[in-house]
Amino acid sequence: MSLTPHDIDRLAQLSRLQFDPPAAERLLGQLNGFFEIVEQMRAVDTSGVVPMAHPLDAMQGLTTAIGDADELGMTLRLREDVVSESNQREANQRSAPAVERGLFLVPKVIE
Amino acid sequence: MADLHEQSVAQLAAMLKNKEISAVEVATRFLARLGGNPHNAFLDIHSEVTLAQAQASDDKIAAGIAGPLEGVPIAHKDIFVTKDFATTAGSKILQDYCSPFDATVVTRLRDAGMVTLGKLNCDEFAMGSANENSAYGAVTNPWDTTRIPGGSSGGSAAAVAARLTPAATGTDTGGSIRQPAAFCGITGIKPTYGRASRYGMVAFASSLDQAGPMARSAEDCALLLSAMCGPDLDRDSTSLNVAKEDFSRTLTQPLQGLRVGIPSEFFGEGLARDVGSAIDTALTQLQAQGAKLVPIALPRTELSIPVYYIIAPAEASSNLSRFDGVKFGHRAKEFSDLADMYERTRSEAFGGEVKRRIMIGAYVLSHCYYDAYYLQAQKIRRMIADDFQQAFSQCDVIAGPVAPTTAWRLGDRSDDPLANYLADIFTLPASLAGLPGMSLPVGFGENGMPVGMQLIGNYLQEARLLNVAHQYQLHTDHHRQVPGGAA
Repeated sequence: MSLTPHDIDRLAQLSRLQFDPPAAERLLGQLNGFFEIVEQMRAVDTSGVVPMAHPLDAMQGLTTAIGDADELGMTLRLREDVVSESNQREANQRSAPAVERGLFLVPKVIE
Repeated sequence: MADLHEQSVAQLAAMLKNKEISAVEVATRFLARLGGNPHNAFLDIHSEVTLAQAQASDDKIAAGIAGPLEGVPIAHKDIFVTKDFATTAGSKILQDYCSPFDATVVTRLRDAGMVTLGKLNCDEFAMGSANENSAYGAVTNPWDTTRIPGGSSGGSAAAVAARLTPAATGTDTGGSIRQPAAFCGITGIKPTYGRASRYGMVAFASSLDQAGPMARSAEDCALLLSAMCGPDLDRDSTSLNVAKEDFSRTLTQPLQGLRVGIPSEFFGEGLARDVGSAIDTALTQLQAQGAKLVPIALPRTELSIPVYYIIAPAEASSNLSRFDGVKFGHRAKEFSDLADMYERTRSEAFGGEVKRRIMIGAYVLSHCYYDAYYLQAQKIRRMIADDFQQAFSQCDVIAGPVAPTTAWRLGDRSDDPLANYLADIFTLPASLAGLPGMSLPVGFGENGMPVGMQLIGNYLQEARLLNVAHQYQLHTDHHRQVPGGAA
């Protein structure tokens, strides 16, 4: 299966990228070259295999060099939902391209 | 006594502690070596910031409150955000960007007393294997300036090899510490995923990115890694809740009885003869020191290429959506409306490789292809991780080449992204599994370029890897070789 010029247009739009026609054509060739090596992966029988989203996921249930992975807390976690940072608006906006009165400026979106 | 820039991290730390030399003197000597930016390794230098840090270190030493690496210089890959130096991630989209905070790794090394020399060139958003994808120009290899230093931490590797800094930070997503370390003849380690905080590391592929040190020896890497790692639970939800560790504590352990797994898949026809022969000699050396070689299988080594190049771009396409010209970074000068502003900003400021990966990521995550590509890749990722657990039931560490060849010539593969992807074959499996891996120099290829050997350990086995590398380095001098121009 190959990508088409139409796919490139659609993906560019999804990615918020623009390509001029020669660049789009070159990209199409490169992506199709890449997806050729991906084909071998599609043929692998993965029935019953649980997708691994994250390395911590693979550490579950293992006994590691320094102890049991689960007891060590080798899991994804969320911190307490409490305020931990003070307001640093000025510092955080210093690298913004356009700021006025503490707000980020963007082109007009509502007529 | 060897010249100051020839001293190791361990030696410099001792000299500073014993007040044989001051931190300001050390910083001044290294800053003087950066004039003219050799190898295009540095992207930002502020000598006044460096000297102020060095003065603060001298004050601490005088007051008797010095950190373990007080006054020793280090430079950071430009993927780590820093308050006092610009952070570009090698991209035009972050040209002149100044972070309001320091990355945790930067803070930890500063807390250990290290003085920052500056920021190091790298492939744009760490996407590349040759450092030719930097928006600020390629980095040259100190062993042969017509060749690439490897990537993406190419500036880090070149700077350490050329003795511009005794140590550097790097990041490794699919081999970006190990491969440039191998190509430049230095030592580098990527710890277990989650050991080092990712807070303040510009994100490329969040389930793979990991920070690590690059230096001239395993002994130095152990000191640096001990300072870098440790839980950062409030700022990185993927940070392991595993106590700080002294990775130097077992360096002196002999190798007697060590079982070294040799994956046949790493020694196939794709491996250049000169690289294979340097690795074989190194393995014989390990045997002479008491290690036993055990044949093992990592049957899905080749599959790691498509699996990685689906998962990493998928995560990248999501991570890089934040660069839209609104909150920070570059914004296009002319545009018709908001969507046009996003598109022009991203199109003119991202380089070719970054755009390619965003497009691949958008494709494999899109509605019709998610199961066939992204989910399938995640399933094979699990199988690859399981293969390693199977292998580690038979051996203590795994050894093999870092890359199929030594460093190639600048420009040779810059128009061929696929050739770059294929060359990552030996570093990708450990990255996908989240295992620690390191590279140490084991000799030279036919063209006089360094060859690196890779050691892979099971989760949290960094101390074991560093121990094996250190024992090897006690009996060999490959890590002491200096490229011609760096003396």
